[in-house]
Order: sequence, then C-alpha cells, then structure tokens
Amino acid sequence: MARQRGDAGTNAASKARRQRKKKAKENKTRTVHASIRHDPSKGEESPNRHYANNKIKTTKYTVLSFLPKNLFEQFHRFANVYFVFIALLNFVPVVNAFQPELALAPVVFILSVTAIKDLWEDYRRHRSDKEINHMDCLVYGRAEGRYVEKYWKEVRVGDFIKLRCNEILPADVLLLSSSDPDRLCHIETATLDGETNLKQRQVVRSFFELDCDFDPLKYNSVIECEKPNNDLNRFRGYIIHRSGRRDALYKENLLLRGCTIRNTEEAVGIVIYAGHETKAMLNNNGPRYKRSKLERQMNVDVFWCVIILLVMCLFAAVGHGLWMFQYGDKRPVFDVLGPDGTDLSPIMSAIYLFLTMIIVFQVLIPISLFVSIEIVKICQVYFIHQDMDLYDEETDSHLQCRALNITEDLGQMQYIFSDKTGTLTENKMVFRRCTVTGVEYSHDANARRLAMYQEIDSEEEECTSHGGTLPRRDSVTSHQSARVVLRSQSTKSHRRTGSRAEAKRASILSKHTAFSSPMEKDITPDPQLLDKVNECSSQMDFMRFHSQPMSQLPSDLSDTIDFFIALTICNTVVVSSPNQPRQKVRMRFELKSPVKTIEDFIKRFTPSRLTSGSNNSSSSSLITNRSSNKGCSSLLSSPSAESTLTKLDEEHPSGGLDHTFSPVPLCYDAKALTLEEGELRYEAESPDEAALVYAAKAYKCSLVGRLPDQVTVELPHLGKLNFELLHTLGFDSTRKRMSVVVRHPLTDQITVYTKGADSVIMDLIKPPDTGNSKGKRQKKNVYRTQNYLNQYAADGLRTLCIAKKILTKEEYACWLQRHLQAETSIQGREQLLFESALRLETNLQLLGATGIEDRLQDGVPETIASLRKAGLQIWVLTGDKQETAVNIAYACKLLDPEEEILTLNADSQEACALLLEESLHYIQAKFLCSSTEPATKALHTNLALFDIYSSSSSSSSSSSHTTPFTVHRLGLVIDGRTLAYALDKSLEDKFLAVARSCRSVLCCRSTPLQKSMVVKLVRNKLKVMTLAIGDGANDVSMIQVADVGVGISGQEGMQAVMASDFALPRFRYLHKLLLVHGHWCYSRLANMILYFFYKNAMFVALIFWYQFYCGFSGSAMIDQWYLIFFNLMFSAFPQLITGTLDKDVSAETLQHLPQLYVNGQNSEEYKPYMFWMNMIDAFYQSLICFFIPYFAYADSDVDLFTWGTPITTLALITILLHLGIETKTWTWMNWLSIGFSVALFFTVALCYNASCPTCYSPSNPYWTMQRLLQDPVFYLLCVVTPFSALLPRYFYRACQGTLFPSPVQVGRQFDKLPAETRRNILSLSRVKVGSPLSARPPFLSLTKPFTNDCNKKDQRSFQGSKTTQTKHGPVLQTEEETGRQSPTGTTVGEQGFLDRYTLVPTETDTLPYTKDAAPLSTEQHSPPTKGSECLRKTLELSSWNPSDSVQLSLPPDTDSHCVKYMRNSEEKLGSDHAFHQAHRTKAEDSLHTTL
Amino acid sequence: MMATSYSAKDEDGHITVSGPGAGTLRSKKPENTAFKQQRLPAWQPILTAGTVLPAFFIIGLIFIPIGIGLYVTSNNIKEFEIDYTGVDMSSPCFNCSQNYSWNSTRPCTCTIPFYLETPYESNVFMYYGLSNFYQNHRRYVKSRDDSQLNGDVGSLQKPSKECEPYAYHENRPVAPCGAIANSMFNDTLELFYNNPNGTKLQIPLTSTGIAWWTDKHVKFRNPGNDPNLTAAFQGTTKPVNWRRPVYELDSDPENNGFINEDFIVWMRTAALPTFRKLYRIIQKKNSMVPTLPRGNYTLEVVYNYPVRRFEGRKRVILSTISWMGGKNPFLGIAYMTVGSVCFLLGVVLLIIHHKYGNRNNSADISN
Repeated sequence: MARQRGDAGTNAASKARRQRKKKAKENKTRTVHASIRHDPSKGEESPNRHYANNKIKTTKYTVLSFLPKNLFEQFHRFANVYFVFIALLNFVPVVNAFQPELALAPVVFILSVTAIKDLWEDYRRHRSDKEINHMDCLVYGRAEGRYVEKYWKEVRVGDFIKLRCNEILPADVLLLSSSDPDRLCHIETATLDGETNLKQRQVVRSFFELDCDFDPLKYNSVIECEKPNNDLNRFRGYIIHRSGRRDALYKENLLLRGCTIRNTEEAVGIVIYAGHETKAMLNNNGPRYKRSKLERQMNVDVFWCVIILLVMCLFAAVGHGLWMFQYGDKRPVFDVLGPDGTDLSPIMSAIYLFLTMIIVFQVLIPISLFVSIEIVKICQVYFIHQDMDLYDEETDSHLQCRALNITEDLGQMQYIFSDKTGTLTENKMVFRRCTVTGVEYSHDANARRLAMYQEIDSEEEECTSHGGTLPRRDSVTSHQSARVVLRSQSTKSHRRTGSRAEAKRASILSKHTAFSSPMEKDITPDPQLLDKVNECSSQMDFMRFHSQPMSQLPSDLSDTIDFFIALTICNTVVVSSPNQPRQKVRMRFELKSPVKTIEDFIKRFTPSRLTSGSNNSSSSSLITNRSSNKGCSSLLSSPSAESTLTKLDEEHPSGGLDHTFSPVPLCYDAKALTLEEGELRYEAESPDEAALVYAAKAYKCSLVGRLPDQVTVELPHLGKLNFELLHTLGFDSTRKRMSVVVRHPLTDQITVYTKGADSVIMDLIKPPDTGNSKGKRQKKNVYRTQNYLNQYAADGLRTLCIAKKILTKEEYACWLQRHLQAETSIQGREQLLFESALRLETNLQLLGATGIEDRLQDGVPETIASLRKAGLQIWVLTGDKQETAVNIAYACKLLDPEEEILTLNADSQEACALLLEESLHYIQAKFLCSSTEPATKALHTNLALFDIYSSSSSSSSSSSHTTPFTVHRLGLVIDGRTLAYALDKSLEDKFLAVARSCRSVLCCRSTPLQKSMVVKLVRNKLKVMTLAIGDGANDVSMIQVADVGVGISGQEGMQAVMASDFALPRFRYLHKLLLVHGHWCYSRLANMILYFFYKNAMFVALIFWYQFYCGFSGSAMIDQWYLIFFNLMFSAFPQLITGTLDKDVSAETLQHLPQLYVNGQNSEEYKPYMFWMNMIDAFYQSLICFFIPYFAYADSDVDLFTWGTPITTLALITILLHLGIETKTWTWMNWLSIGFSVALFFTVALCYNASCPTCYSPSNPYWTMQRLLQDPVFYLLCVVTPFSALLPRYFYRACQGTLFPSPVQVGRQFDKLPAETRRNILSLSRVKVGSPLSARPPFLSLTKPFTNDCNKKDQRSFQGSKTTQTKHGPVLQTEEETGRQSPTGTTVGEQGFLDRYTLVPTETDTLPYTKDAAPLSTEQHSPPTKGSECLRKTLELSSWNPSDSVQLSLPPDTDSHCVKYMRNSEEKLGSDHAFHQAHRTKAEDSLHTTL
Repeated sequence: MMATSYSAKDEDGHITVSGPGAGTLRSKKPENTAFKQQRLPAWQPILTAGTVLPAFFIIGLIFIPIGIGLYVTSNNIKEFEIDYTGVDMSSPCFNCSQNYSWNSTRPCTCTIPFYLETPYESNVFMYYGLSNFYQNHRRYVKSRDDSQLNGDVGSLQKPSKECEPYAYHENRPVAPCGAIANSMFNDTLELFYNNPNGTKLQIPLTSTGIAWWTDKHVKFRNPGNDPNLTAAFQGTTKPVNWRRPVYELDSDPENNGFINEDFIVWMRTAALPTFRKLYRIIQKKNSMVPTLPRGNYTLEVVYNYPVRRFEGRKRVILSTISWMGGKNPFLGIAYMTVGSVCFLLGVVLLIIHHKYGNRNNSADISN
C-alpha cells in the first residue's frame, strides 16, 4: 500500500541528478562563462548551454506521460494490484463470476478517481510553477547594453542580473558588485534555513576594488565551481581572470535562490546555478508519506478480512467438492458439464470454485475503503483549513496541512514535545522592569502599555471579524506591479506602525522579520528612574563642564548611569537604519575580541592614534581589521609586550579628557547623521540584547554606533560619548555572562561591564566590606537585588544582572598580558580563555538587574493546562539555558509551583547514572509507598466507582515496581549535558522510567540532535504517539522524527514548516487542532473504517449463506450490478458524509472538557475487539437479512433474482440504518445522503430493470424491480427485516448510553444541556481546578445527585475519606487551602449549585494513566522548614519554587559520589527509608560544607 | 496510502513567491459559514434507555397487529400438495420413477387419487414443485442465450458460448440452447374431479397467463416474423432431452415456440433448490360454484421427468392465493415475534431507565 513518495521535489532532484550524472562524465566541476560574451545571433553557442536553465518544473506528468506514469504509480499499491488481479481473473471462463467488463468497473473507477486527483494536484503545481517562472528580474541584455526585465525562466547560467532591495533571488548568483560601500550585500535566508537575521555576503574578492557600477561588458573571467549540490553551507570554486589570476570563491560570495536582498540598494551577480540545480531546489523535498496509527491498525484488520475471505472461499470450495461428490457418477441435470462437454472432477471444480468465490467475495476486501478514506481525509483537511479559529489575523495565515494522511493521528497523541522559544513564546523580548542599586522600578506604565498591546490586538481581531476582511490590495495582474507592491509594502513595514498587529502583518507580508516590533521598542520609562537618570547626567554634565572628577558623584547616581551604559554597550548589537542600505561596518566576528594583538592595544593607547586614528577608522576599519592584520601591524614596529605596557603607563595620562570628549566620531557620514534617532535599528544576536538596548534608549541612553573598537552612546545632557572598546568577552553558556572592557570617556577609567545570569553574577560580586557605610549599603543592595530577582523569576521573567568593575591600568595590563597568552596558546585554549575570563570577572560591583519578558504567546498557559488535562504529556525541549527555561515553564504553567521538581545536572556518565537511580528511588519511595496508605486506598475505592480511566489505569498502575508508569506531580528538569549521558544506551531506560513518571519534563540546552533523540526514544520505547512542535531550524529533526510534526509558521522562517506535517500560525491553535479536529478526525475515521468493515462483511455474508442453498456453486442471488456497485454507489455517500461531518461532541465541549481527548489516546473508538464485534454483528445482520426473505419466499415460485433483489434492498436499508444508529449528528446532509442513496438504488434498479430484456446475462433482471414494487410482501420485508437486524445494536447502544456511558457520551449529553447550565458547570469546574481533595471522579460527577438522599450518601462518603485523611497532618492544611481558594464572589445560589453538581477536574483527570495522583495532595503544602532560608543559595531551584523542591545534583568538582539530596520539607519523607535518610544526612553534610 | 499535499504551492518550496506578498493579496481568512465552520444545524439523538424507550414500544405495538393480520391472511389460504415422485413402493408412480432416462420413448402414466376436504372458492393455482433441484447452480443459471430466446435470428443459428455444451447437437444449433432449456420439466399433469355420481370430470386447466407478462411479450419472442414456426426454426435441432422440437410444444400458435408459457416459466430459474412453478390455473367459472368443490380427485401424470438421480422430489400443489401470494405463515410469525421482542426489550429498558437512568445521566440536569 505504500505508495512511492515520488513527487515534485524528489522528481526534480532526481532529474537534476541525472543531468549531473551526464555531465559528470565530462568533468567534475562546472565552468561558467559570462553568457553575454557569446552572441547567439552570430551562431556562437554559449558554453553554459548544457546547464539547466532557470525554468522550473515541479510537475510529475506531461500530457502524454500522464496515463502510463500514473497507472504505473498506482500499481505500486498492493490493493490496486489485488483488485486488478481479481478483475482479470474474471476473464478466465472457468472461474468467472461476473461479466468480465463489469468486473473491471470498480477498479477502473478507483483508478480514475485517484488519477483525477493526481492530475488536479499536478495542475496546481503547474500553475504555481508558471507563476514563479514568470516573475521578473533584471538581466543584462547584450543587445540592449543595459539591464532589461526578463522572466525568471529566461535567466540562464552566466547571465548577469541586477538585484534591488527586497527582491527575491531567482537563481544562485555569485555576487560581483554591491552598492554597499563595503562591498557587502545583505540577504535574508528565512526561506531556506529559517533564520531571520540578515546575513552578509561579500563581493568576490577580485571585484572588490571596482567602483560601484560594475560593467558586465568588461567582465572577462571564467568561474570554476563545484557541481550543483544541496549543501546550503558550502560553495567552493575559483574565478580565473584573464590575467590568469585565480581567486577563491566561498559561500560568502554566493547568493542563494529564494533569499531576499535586504539593506542593499543594488547588487549585481552572475548566475551560477539555475532552476533545478539551485541549492534551494535541491534541498526541497516534497511532502512526506506517513501512515497513521489508525491506518496501521486498519491494515491489520484488512489482513484479517483477507483471512476471513480465504476461509470463506475454502469452506465454499470444500462444500462444493462434497456436493459434487455426493452425486457421484449420477450427474444431475443441473450440474452443467464443462463448455467442452467434459466432466469435471469434484476436486477440480472445487479448485475452480475457490477462485470464483474469491471474485464473488472480493467485496469483503473493501476496495472503496481506501478511496473513501482518502476522500474523507481530504474533506477533513479542507475543514481544518477552513476553521476560522485556526486562522491568524495578524499573519493572514491559517493552518496548513502538509501531510494529508495523518489527520486522525492528531486525535491520538500522547506526548507533546515542544520547542520553547518562538513556539511557546513569541521570541520577542520585552523589557519589563529593573532594579538599580537595590531600588526596584516596577515600570507600571510599561506593563500597562504591554497590556494595551494585547487589548489592541484583541480589539482589532474583533473589528476585523465584524467588519470582514481588512482592506487589501486588489489582486495584481501584472508581475511588474506585483513587485512594486511587494517592495512598497516591505518598506512600509520597516517604519513604525500603529499597532503590533499591523506591524506584524506588514512584516509578514514582506516576509521580513528581522526588525523588532514597536512593542519591543517603545518602552515607557519609569518616571522615577527617568528623573534619576536625568539628574545624574545633568550633574555629570555640570561636573564635566567644571572639570570636576567624576568620582565625586554620589555612588548611587553614578551607578544608575553606569547601569544604563552597561545596558547599552555590553552587547554585540549593531546599529543600522531600516530603509537605507547599511552605512556602517558590521563585523560581528571581529567584535568578539577587538583587541587582537598587543600591538593593537598599544596602538590604541598611543595618543597619536587616539587623535587621528579614530578619524579614519570608519573608512579603513574594515580593511585593517579584516583584510589583513598583518598590514596594520607591519606599520608599527612590534615591541615586546612588557615594554608597551610600561609605555602605556607613561603615556596614558597625556591622553587627557579633551579628546575623549571629541564629538561624534567621524565615522558617520552625512547620511547617517541625518537619520532620526527613532529610525535607528538595532540588530542583535539575541532578542534580549536588543530589548535591553531599547530599554536603555527609553532612558535617553541610546546606542548610536558601534565599531569594532568603539561604541558611541548618546546620553542626555552629555551628548554623544565614545567608549573605547578594549575587549569583549563574548557570551558563552558555561560562563553564562559576557563582559566588555571599555575606557569610560568621562572618568577615564578602564571599566568592565558584565552582564549575565543572576546565579553566576551573584557569586562574583565582591564581598562587601561591612566595615564602612558604603559596604553596608552595598550588602543591602545585593540582598535587595537578590530578592527582586527572585520575584522576577517567579514572574517568569528572564533575569540578568548587571555589574561593573573598575580596573586600574596595571591590573588591566596584567590581565591582558595573560589573556593574550591564553588567546595565542594552542593547547587547551578554551580552558585558558575561560580561566582568563574568570580572572577578569571577579569582585564585581553589582549595579542592578533587569527583568525581560519573553512574552508567552497568547493562550499558551491555557493551552498547556488544557492539553495536560487531555492526558497529554508535555515535554519542553529547548536550547535555552536552564534558568530561562524553568522561568518560562513556570510562566506557561508547565511547571506548577506546587509540584516538586527534580533537577538532573550531572557531570559524568556515572554521576548521571547515580542521579537517575536516586530519582527513581525517590519517586518510588515517595509515591508508591504513599499510595499504599489506607487513606489513599479509601480514596481509591471511592474513585473506582466512577473511574472512567479504569481501563488505562488498571493496566498501568499495576505495573511492576521497576517501571512506575504512574505520573506524579513532579517536574523533571534536565540539562543538555546530562541529557547526553541519559540518552546513552545504558541509561536510557532509567531515564525514561524517571521521565515518564514526571508530569512535565524540561530539557534545557539540548541540541537539535538531542531533541530528536529524545523524541525517538520516547516513541520507540514507550510505543506512544508523539507530536513535536517547533518553529526553527533546530526543531526540524525532532519534527521529522515524531509521529506528527507541527511547525509554527511565522516567526522563524519556514524551515520547520517545510519539515512539518501541520503548520500552525501560533501555539495556542494546537489546542483546537488536537482537541477538536484531532478528536473529530479520529473518531470519524475510526467509525467509518469500522463501519466499512461491517458493511462489506454483512454484504458478502449474504452471498455466503446462499452458498448453502445453491450447492456451493458460487452463485449469487444478488445481481452482479448491485454486487459491484453496491459499495461504489449505493452505500457510498452516506458514509462519506458521516465520515466527514459527524461530530460526536461539539467543538465547544471538546475544548471545555479536554478529558474527552483520552478517548482517542486509548483508541477507544476502534479497538481490535471492536472489529470482531462488528464482524459478528455483520454476520448476525446478514443472517437476518438472508433468512427472513428465505422463509418468506420458501417453497414458492420465486425466481433467483426476484428473490435476490429484495435481499439487496434489505441489506441496503439495514446498512443505512446501521449508519444512522452510529451517526451522532444529523444534518440535512445526512438526511439528504441517505435519502439519495435509497433513491439512487431504486432509480438505478428501475432503469436497469427496464432497459434491456436480453442483456446482463445471466441475471436478466427485466422488469424484476417493477414487479417487486407491486408486491406487498416486498414492503413487509422491508419493514421487518431491518428492524430485527438492528435490534441488538440499537438495544446495546441504548443500554450502554444509560448503564456505562463512555466519557464521549457524557460529553454529548453535556452538549445537550442548555447553555446556561453548561456555563455554570464549566465555571465551577474552573473554580475547582486544582482543588486536590475530591472523592469524585472528574466531570462525570457533573451529575446531579438525584435525590437528597443520594446527595447525603455522597457527602458521607466524601466525609469519610476526609476523616481518614485527617490522620495525616498536611491534609488538614490542604483542605483549608482549598477553602481559601474557593472564590468568595460566588453567590449563594451558585454555591448551592456547586454542592449539587460537584465538578471536580482535579489532577486526577489530568493524568489518565494514574489514579495515584489524587493522594499526592497529601504531600503538598508541607510546613516550611527552618532550614529553608539558608538553603536558598544552594538550592537554586528554591528561587523558582518557593514551596517545595528537590534538587539532585552532583557537585561538578568533586570526585566522590556524594549525592546532594535535599528537600526543604524533610519531615514528610518519614523514616521508613533508611537509605534516603542516609543520603539526606550525607546531603546535609555536603550542604554544610558548601555553606 | 497516497502521499499528497493539499497545497501544492507549499511543497514546491517557493514560499517566497507564493506567499501573500506575491500577487495573492486577498485575505486567506476562511469564510464564516455554517458549513465551513462545521456548525450546520443538526439533530443529535442520544441513545439512552430513556430516549429509545418509546421507539421500542411503538414498534412492538405496530408489529404485533400486523403480524396477526398476516398470519390470519396466510391461514385463510387453502393449499393441497401431492408428492408423486414415486419413491415408495406403494406409490402409484413407483414404476414410472424407476426410469432414470430422459429419452425413454415409452410414456409412463400414473394416476394419483386424492381428496379435497375443503372447497376452493377462488381461482386455484396448480403448481408443480421440485425439491433438491439446484436450478440456481451458477453454471446452470448462466446456460442460456437470451438473444436467441428473444428471437434473434443470428443467435438462433449461432447460440452464445454460454450455452456450451448444449449449444450444438450434431453440428446443428440447438434451439433453445443451454442447460436450463435442456432440462425443462416435461411431465404432463391432468386433474379429474371424481363426481360423487362416479363420473370422472376433467377440470379445465388454463395454460396461459402463468408467465410474467413482460416475459411473454418482451423477453421471449419467436424468431423471424414467419408465423410458420417450423420454417422459422429451420436448421436448428431440439435440445437433447426434449421429446419434441420447440415449435411443437403447443398447438396454439400464441403459446408455441419460445413463447410457450410452460417454457417461459421453466426458464425463470428458481431461487432455492426447493421450488414450485406455476403449471396451470383453474379459473373460477361463476361465483356460485366453488372452483374445486370438496370431493375426490384424480391426478393423472405422464411421468417423464427423472428426479431420482439426484434424490429429487416432484409435487403437485393446488393453492388459492391472497394479496400476499401463496400460503406462508412465516411473515406473520416474524412480525409477531419481532413485535413482542421489541415490547419486551422496551420493558427491560424501562426498568433500566428507572433504575439507572438518573445515576450519571446529566441529561437530567436539563429537566
């Protein structure tokens, strides 16, 4: 059945491959000549003519090749081959059952439906190809002598093309010229690799010196490069000039097809690869083929059908043989001889009959099932596409289903693996608040502003939903205007736009996301802090004016200004302006360490350079820095380091204040200066850097320029200041901080500004000297800041600490010397550099801290809560650092402050193994033992009464102690390194055992590969359905590994989307996609498949019963036409309609009661036994449908087909009514389809029976139906038979609906309630969420206790469980807690209501795998221990989680296998576990030592 | 199975150009229609004991009277059946039945007396019944040529392959060809009323109107327009087992050849191995006299048709018919049974509903 996944992409790729192979014979490289050098008019043939042109063709077929090729592809499906085989079998006279031509009909029908679908798809591809091929670009025309507009498809290898800003590259182009003064060209590669930041591409070295206008006519070089390949990050080749000089070409010279030119006015290049040979096209793989779980299950049952078929055929064959045998030699007159008059032996005829029976019973293998499933899936996809709730107004995008055949998998997910940044969060860092010198500035106005953005969004959504679509440009007819529009829109997007929504939409329209939205930029400063900054800077200005030393400034004021300076310069942000091509140098790799050599350092500190060098730096910096340091250093003699250092000492004082106050560096040309400040754009490597710079800018402390060796900052009153950038110690994940060393222009001190994670910075703070008041203040400062930091973290903000340190020149020189040594050392350089950084970043002075919000996407916490309620395990796999990840996890309610967190940080394999072991023991000790306590037992029994998950939990909770599969209220946090160990073969089982028992798992610092490994591990080992969701290129591997991959479209380009099966605009849509569409798709398809099996079995069984009455001769009382078209026509439509439209539960209820999702997870709609139940039902029904007419017509003069036609009719009616019983939602379409089916059957029958008196041998049904319609017995049969056939099922359904309704049925009943009641119940459920004490089952207890008695009884049992629990201390507290949590606002009436329908979706219902979860409540709210205060520092987790946390970590530097095992609520653990005790004491020991 | 993409554009990797920026600026916002949002108004029945209760009772209440009516109707039909196979030594046809051959030229006649206890008032239908005769055998059913029977001259001379091996006999085409025709029932049955006064009165049997009208007038036609059937069937031969050629089946030209109704009736193959076929109709002469009065009758059989080879049985059935056909109490019983079962189940559901209907049935909240 697997269909080859050949399609456009691979097709094209293979084509290109073939072509390449052809050329590979010629040579190994590609030679590109300029095509304009060869004039085709003169008969000169271009040497590039062998290369593919830029016309792309992703279609599979041509007009001629369509039929053969398509048929060939279709015959790759086993089912098709089978049906064709059967049809052909019919042509063999000995075994044929039907008219051979007729038997072909279904196969031909199926094949043609598929062919038409393929044709349509191909046509769409053709149209899109055409659209792309007819886009315009500027190509240098030889005849015209200028650049002329041409279609993309006319571009050839060797053509010169001119690219303008915001144009899309039509082919892979070698950059020869750029209007950028630095010979750079910026491109955005979001469509290729998903990265949104701009990338720089350089003009080929040898064209560097050329002026701006590159003249193609003068070009006279030949390019040799590698063959087309799909490696985006590799391009090698060289260019040979006429002079014979060779210049190497790198990937920095190549512009790839599909990228967009940004920030560069014009660029000229020569086409190297075109069309299908471009890297983008070679990378483009088509959609994937996946087989859904349901389909796998279905295939098993198809296999069973085959077995049943064979058994039935065999039975009939044996029966026939025996039947023949009993007559012996006395051939009865009705046993017709073979055509040649020969006598068939019983055995031979049995064999022939076997084949005949296969033909007759072929319907049992549902030929139309496959086609029907596809049709239904396409309809399902259509409806998912059409869902308004999955449409994102902001980006004008809706959900894309990229894989058509796994929609139903969405309803069966068990594990979700999510990326964090950009998936859960918007990947937009917003400055929220800060603490400066121990004073917190809450930035309330800023918070209000942020809230306002959200309101604007929602308002706008409302507006648009009311007012229809937004005004948009009419569809553009000509390509010319299309591009104009494109261009104008993209420029517009760079300006400031009114609202976030608009800005976002505009940016998406232009496919440009590199710039921050206004929400991130317009920070409302805190007035208090702003005053302070103003005061401070004015004082500084005053002091500068009066030449007073800056040190006289009050320390808190100077700290304040330093804080902002640090924010501004301690980063790698590059300044640019949006519309203009970049005027400034932007060399990130240089920035890492501007002071490259000691000479460089000396050079900078020489006064001569300070006065003159900075002036020319702008024009020469690039060349000096990049092209050759040699050249630079050769200018200066290179004295030894020691001597320069002494020189520095002597010389430096001469460099007075005056030159540091030199006005704006001249590096800014006029154009840049005229730019308004507001127009400055910051491009940062990470969005939080940008956020901080924007924050500082809000306080008028703005970054105006950055050069490799200096940073220019504009301050209020003070104007522009040049900070000499002496050194940058870039951010790295081990240090978790970055530092810059600058010379402060005002104080002239060498200052180190450090920014980093609070956990590390706090350790590096210089212990304040408590002797004096300053020290005391500092201590207080640090203490306060730490408090605020905790608060920030609790709010889910990303926290950063800012610190500074003032170095004396000696210190700096000393450090620098060693640092330079480290830099130049070969062995262990990383380690040396690390140590060197450590030396610098000590004894810092804390300036303040910032809280940045990586804004969660809208609705993420709700979505996660609801998905979790739906029984989905959510793992977050992020590359982010642990602190941030944990913060976000709290913010999005992935981790609950009430739950314990296991943190696994190990340094080695052994440590990791030990940690895992410990964790396992811990989990077992804590949870398994507690679950055996009598109280919980009482709870259990109580729960079991209503336990809707009993089937799943009984199987899982009974699992052996080695694999606790129960999910506890535990969070697991693991970092990348530990994960690497844990994923090792030897540990993976243990890791899984730990992880699966945790409610949420957070993997930080994980690499893309690890992400995919985790997914693979869970998928393969736990045999669960996995869904991976992500937005960036780093999620691609995970998305591909998971059963269902979901890409978030929008923020991070298309890479993830390209790899995904479904692409969502936002994370929150996952909610509806899974809970509603997934559920629907699953239940619809599952029901349809079951129905299909039933239908075919029922129909075929009719003929089988008949075999007992026709001597097993393979005769059928059902006319061959009915037999063949029954599935295709008469019974096809209703099931398709039901399969497409049936809703078991309404979308609202599914969303409100996520518990219903468990239905799909446990495959409750389609369990293996259901197939057999359906088969049995089918056989029963067919027996009824056969024998009622049999007895009604027994021993009468009825003829074969006059008897068979009523049976067909009865079967049809029964089958349709059966569908009716299974249909949950009757829309007019259902009525129509059923009516249509019946009408169609009678119409066809009447027409068919009136058409030809001599045709259709052997049935010759002339006038049969007409006579039947006059026969009252026919009608009597039509009434009694379907009723009696469906009686058992109907009765069963009714009983089931009352006696043991499935959750889905309860949901359906819930649907029926009046809206008001529903709302009340739901609001109650929300109120009660988290109330841990409940003897009632989840949402099943939305039942009203019928009588008061009942109510009391219930209450009593409730009380009983309470009293048993009160034996345990903590429980009382929990109750009080709940009491307090209950809303005070509820009116008495509601309260009463609450009593009556206690709806208690506690944690129990969120965890379908367990019933052990409920007792966990006893573990919560433990009394805080006295020790917790002092534990704060060692338990880094306590900052995230004030109540309860466990950390399991191995001290990285000790060799001893001492495990720190700490809890701040230790009493609870009890003394029953000695080994824990031991560990704990050990842990306490180690704790004491650390303190 | 078929990996296809809904959106062909996206799969081609030209997002850059096929995105909203390039020409298609129309909003992709889905239409807010009830159909597209899957909000079509719908009836959502919930199957619970409470909701289906009435259905069961109603069905029960409707079915039981119908069943009684049917049963009564069926019982009012009079039917008389005589097995004349001659298996028993005592049977008058025992001797005749010893002849297994089709082609015995010596006609064997047997006479079977019987007594009708009740008079038959309306038209009486006389059937012959065969048992254990698999007229529905797959190869047997096929073995005919409808074109030939429809009077197609070409098919007359060149029968269809389906008729093999009964298409040609001695190199001449068989008319009518095929196994069905070949095995045509060829006993002759005559019915005599033994008057109490001792006279033997032959009861007139109508041999027309026993076949479907459409068969007689549309499906079956004699070849050519020649009223002289002997000429029309020129060049053909009779089926092997037949005593007479097809154009000598009856003296009445309207009931001869392919349109002979006995032949047509035989050609309509029976559904089940035990079947009856209409042989003659005894028309009611006037309203005063019963068609068949109570009394002694004699059935005279010209015994030609061999059934002993396959353990077959031959019967003659005399039956009146009602609006629902021949005598068959089954439908009535079926209706009564289903009706009572429905009623019983309804009671069971009622109990269930009373006991458990309110337990966890939130539908009650709405009440």
